[in-house]
Amino acid sequence: MKSHKKNRTIKRMFLWTAIILVCIISLFPFYWMVRSSLMTKTEIFGTPMRWVPEVPQWDNYSEALTRIPFMRYFWNSFLLVILNIVGKVLSSSLVAFGFSRIEFKGRNIWFALVIMTMMIPWSVLLIPQFMLWSQVGLYNTYFPLFFPAFFVDGFYVFLLRQFFATLPREYDEAAIIDGAGYFQIYSRILLPMCKPALMTVCVFTFMNTWNDFIGPMIYLKDTDKFTVSLGLQQFISQYTTEWHYMMAAATVAIMPMLVMFFFAQRYFIEGMNFAGVKG
Amino acid sequence: MRKEHKKMSLAARRRNVAGYLFIAPALIGMSLFYVFPMLFSFGTSFTDWNLMTTPSFVGGDNYMELMNDSVYLKSIRVTFYYTLLAVPLSNIYALLMAMLLNAKIRGRSVVRTIFYVPSIVPAVASAGVWMYIFNPYNGFLNQIFLQLGFDPKMWIYDSKQVIPCIVAMAIWAAGGTAVIYLAALQGVPSELHEAVAIDGGNGLHKFFYITVPMISPIIFYNLIMGVINSMQVFTQGYIMTDGGPNNGSLFYVLLLYRRAFEQTKMGTACAMAWILFFILGILTLLNFALSRKWVYYGG
Repeated sequence: MKSHKKNRTIKRMFLWTAIILVCIISLFPFYWMVRSSLMTKTEIFGTPMRWVPEVPQWDNYSEALTRIPFMRYFWNSFLLVILNIVGKVLSSSLVAFGFSRIEFKGRNIWFALVIMTMMIPWSVLLIPQFMLWSQVGLYNTYFPLFFPAFFVDGFYVFLLRQFFATLPREYDEAAIIDGAGYFQIYSRILLPMCKPALMTVCVFTFMNTWNDFIGPMIYLKDTDKFTVSLGLQQFISQYTTEWHYMMAAATVAIMPMLVMFFFAQRYFIEGMNFAGVKG
Repeated sequence: MRKEHKKMSLAARRRNVAGYLFIAPALIGMSLFYVFPMLFSFGTSFTDWNLMTTPSFVGGDNYMELMNDSVYLKSIRVTFYYTLLAVPLSNIYALLMAMLLNAKIRGRSVVRTIFYVPSIVPAVASAGVWMYIFNPYNGFLNQIFLQLGFDPKMWIYDSKQVIPCIVAMAIWAAGGTAVIYLAALQGVPSELHEAVAIDGGNGLHKFFYITVPMISPIIFYNLIMGVINSMQVFTQGYIMTDGGPNNGSLFYVLLLYRRAFEQTKMGTACAMAWILFFILGILTLLNFALSRKWVYYGG
């Protein structure tokens, strides 16, 4: 009996050692980023290295933020985030409603095709989409970066269709008896009930848009149109040895994502769980 | 009777119209942003085109030239090397993280958040931070190496070390995969583990005879997605090393990007995209074929 208990204590110790180790690995780069963002240049290059700055250099932040118009980039990124969220929520919910609530001819084939869009590698679409947008004269505008959101996203359509399937059909039937059309059933009855799933769409769209680098890099030319990711990349390539400023800029670029994550992580987890369940 | 029939078909017609109206965004989007670009790209892959002049038809020349292009073949090797390391290692690490989270521990949601955070930050920002950690002159790793009395290394500035370094970053950011595994682990009935314990099995038996088979569909899903994503790795190579040193991190999509946007060889770039599409298709099919041997789909 006693040895059993001892055995369990040892197991717990191993478990927590492993957990703490993984936590350190996960958090260390963030700690190192913030630590370096508050140091002077001499401290950064000094040996032996310091774990914390002697005097936190808060001025690094204002310096980094003035070297490149970060405030402008924040606004640009937020604008794109909002436009993408509106587009994805509208289009995915409409399409998912059609696939789950209306029995029309060819429904299963079209649904399969929409799902298949998820399997198409983005790198295959990259060049022809670029050629398409530049042919219609919309290179160096935000159109290529938000307009497609208003049409199709296989993952979100699938997610919302699964969610609609959990809502009882009796709601639709009652509404039809009351004389409602499909659009009323969609907008007045089902949409308000799938807020959690829509939140998942919102948080993932926020993340993907905020973190997107390749899209803005390919489509934007004027620096005043840049997004945070693109601006940060410019910063990194220009100030290669000024790590303290670079780390301050990176900290600022990460912040909105972190804040959003801490408030909405429930929806992130739900979305990830869903990704696994479908596999 | 006839009247009834007519009424039915009217309702069916109304459903058809409404259905297509609701899915119209998807239909328009698929044709505009998938079907049309893909056909266009397929056509372009048989031409010589620099965006300025009119494209001229060259048949399969672009494909043939790529087969003899040593830089291109190098990029294939680099990308396969990265995928072969990154996919298994980050999946093992993610599964380990998921098992830690699945143990009955206090503060599980806090720990889960910490594990997950590296996977949600912008790739540009994490590339910047890791560049600094890997920096040979004042980066964290070499500072530690010096203090411990080891020889400093060149890390991402050595053509042999650069891929393992970028793989390490992928492992660090495997928290998203871990959360998927956690959901799968929570679906494994505990009676099965108890049955193994009654039969005298230990932890390893439980893991290999119960856990792995029960979550094998999720492992399969993560491997497929992992291969598709790793084969298209781009940002790290672009920001941290610019494909170097000595083309040591010249990932496939990075070369594709250069051919298209720096050398404006649209035909070659499109041919590259289609070859990658083909490779990914083969890998996915291969995965499916192999999956019959080890993936277990319930009763």
